[in-house]
Amino acid sequence: MKIHEYQAIQLFKNVGIPTPGGETVSTLDDGLAVAKRLGFPVVLKSQVLVGGRGKAGGIKVVNNDVEFKEHFIRIRALKIKGYSVEKIFIVPAVDIKKEFYAAVAIDNIKSDVVLIVSAEGGVDIEETAKKNPQAIKKFYLNGQKTIDTARWPEFVKSIFSDEADQKIATGVLQKLLAVFFTNDCSIAEINPLVKDAKGQWFAADAKVNFDDNAIFRHVELESLRDLSYEDADEIEAKNLNLSFVKMDGTVGCIVNGAGLAMATLDTIKLLGGEPANFLDVGGSSNSAKVLNALKIILRNKNVKSILVNIFGGITRCDDIANGIIEARKQLNIQVPMSVRLIGTNEKEAAEILKRENIISHPTMRSAVEEAVKLAKR
Amino acid sequence: MSILIDKNTKLLVQGITGRDGSFHAQKMLEYGTSVVAGVTPGKGGQDVAGIPVFNSVAEAKAKTNANTAVIYVPAKFAKDAILEDIKAGIDLVICITEGLPVLDMVEVMRELRNTKTRLIGPNCPGLISPEKSKVGIMPGHIHKAGPIGVISRSGTLTYEVVDNLTRAGIGQSTCIGLGGDPIIGTRFTDILQLFEDDPDTKGIVLVGEIGGEDEQLAAKYIKQHIKKPIVGFIAGKTAPEGKRMGHAGAIISGGDTTAKSKIEALVGAGVTVVDFTDEIPSIFKKLL
Repeated sequence: MKIHEYQAIQLFKNVGIPTPGGETVSTLDDGLAVAKRLGFPVVLKSQVLVGGRGKAGGIKVVNNDVEFKEHFIRIRALKIKGYSVEKIFIVPAVDIKKEFYAAVAIDNIKSDVVLIVSAEGGVDIEETAKKNPQAIKKFYLNGQKTIDTARWPEFVKSIFSDEADQKIATGVLQKLLAVFFTNDCSIAEINPLVKDAKGQWFAADAKVNFDDNAIFRHVELESLRDLSYEDADEIEAKNLNLSFVKMDGTVGCIVNGAGLAMATLDTIKLLGGEPANFLDVGGSSNSAKVLNALKIILRNKNVKSILVNIFGGITRCDDIANGIIEARKQLNIQVPMSVRLIGTNEKEAAEILKRENIISHPTMRSAVEEAVKLAKR
Repeated sequence: MSILIDKNTKLLVQGITGRDGSFHAQKMLEYGTSVVAGVTPGKGGQDVAGIPVFNSVAEAKAKTNANTAVIYVPAKFAKDAILEDIKAGIDLVICITEGLPVLDMVEVMRELRNTKTRLIGPNCPGLISPEKSKVGIMPGHIHKAGPIGVISRSGTLTYEVVDNLTRAGIGQSTCIGLGGDPIIGTRFTDILQLFEDDPDTKGIVLVGEIGGEDEQLAAKYIKQHIKKPIVGFIAGKTAPEGKRMGHAGAIISGGDTTAKSKIEALVGAGVTVVDFTDEIPSIFKKLL
């Protein structure tokens, strides 16, 4: 789960990481009031959950009322990677002397939490990673939740030559670790971490993502979710324990298991069709799940055919067959279907389908071929 | 022969009194797996289909000599279930449970270091050595004993591959689902070596998917250490960027995580990568 910069900054503030301050607004009048309070120059920062907002013109330093009005209206009307700017974070402009990069992330292969720090690059960390990878230093936590004081001094000295800087950086990084562990983050990043002309340090930008699997133990974080970034169908599917991703094609899909579902979409494409969605009905699926899945798929008017590809393990094919029959009765389905049910209770399923004149395909390939053909009719 | 599980496997089932645990305990028993114990804290003394239930793994191990554990407990208790196995010195732990927090897995992996316990999963279908032992949730009847080792990050896609092999008359030595999470106990590279060392495994199927860099690491390992023929399949060629495709680990988040990059790496290591799962049997017929 992703959150906005201003929300992440608030999490930083809560643990005492220094930030430049500022407020988030939606309207020009509120914005002007904030700017007056902070005093010019201020930075207008569009709040969107996608990258590249700077390049899209979504960040701007303004020096007076006139510039503020012009750019506030312009940014508020921007579409960044298809998302509109609903909120603008207004912060005092900082006289930046030096920019750093700091992040806590998970190294999956090492199965460990890693602190990543660079004294070079700041906002251009990707560039630094390419041109000067030695400037990016990594400190593995070795399964601990705080820095190992025996290994730490050498690490921090390798990045910051000044002793006072080492001390401040250590404090900020310890607090960043606290944010990471307290909230079950998948990443907590300050980029850039800046030092101004007076020697003050600030987190000038913040990126925090939470581990979806751990949200259950952080009920308070749910309120930070921006629902405008989630497809209504995808939210509904999630609440019904279906895993659903909308796509652009014409073949609607119901599959059990994520791997088989991805392979099914690939096969559709290889055989000349275009998938309309990814949908994993999950393990112990019952007939109600199939009905719900079909409801969501049929809402998409681009869908010209439906492919049901089930390899029963935990999932019982007769449950799926009953779901298909029930859905045909309840939903008055006009879209043609291609069905393949194999595995646990496939014989019972074939009997159920036969009564409704549906024949289950013997292989994935033949089921996909038919679905693609039907979609092109 | 086979790897990791065989007729000597003595299995204990954690969460045996739950819906999935009791159902699959019976299915494994029917398949011929030696299911010797169940564990559910507070329910010791009961039995499930004749399998005695104990309060703790340590007690179950002491009384039954169980050497393998399979976990069907809910995600929020799964970490403690694995830690209990490590502490009791269980050799092989298979965690079927899906949805473990990543930081729980970081803790588990720290505790696993320098122990003799091997973890498979979480979020996996388990493993099967056909006609010997089955530990997991896969449908047993689609498998057949034979010379092909199967390793996969998926569940049902593994069944699809196995079904194609079996229908073509090609059996399997052991089939393993490693799990769809970003942090898993056992990765491709670990299993590749076990298959290379197993005299009865003559060829390997590697089923990968988008997300992470496991397939690239596997490719590097194959180049250096594996002589046996490998056929690869990668799922997610049409997946959109940035969307989690069911599995927590299946998300495209940069160049190396795409199907294209994985296929290139595997082909570069001499792996025959196919577009369709039904092409796999004919390739082995030619190779073996």
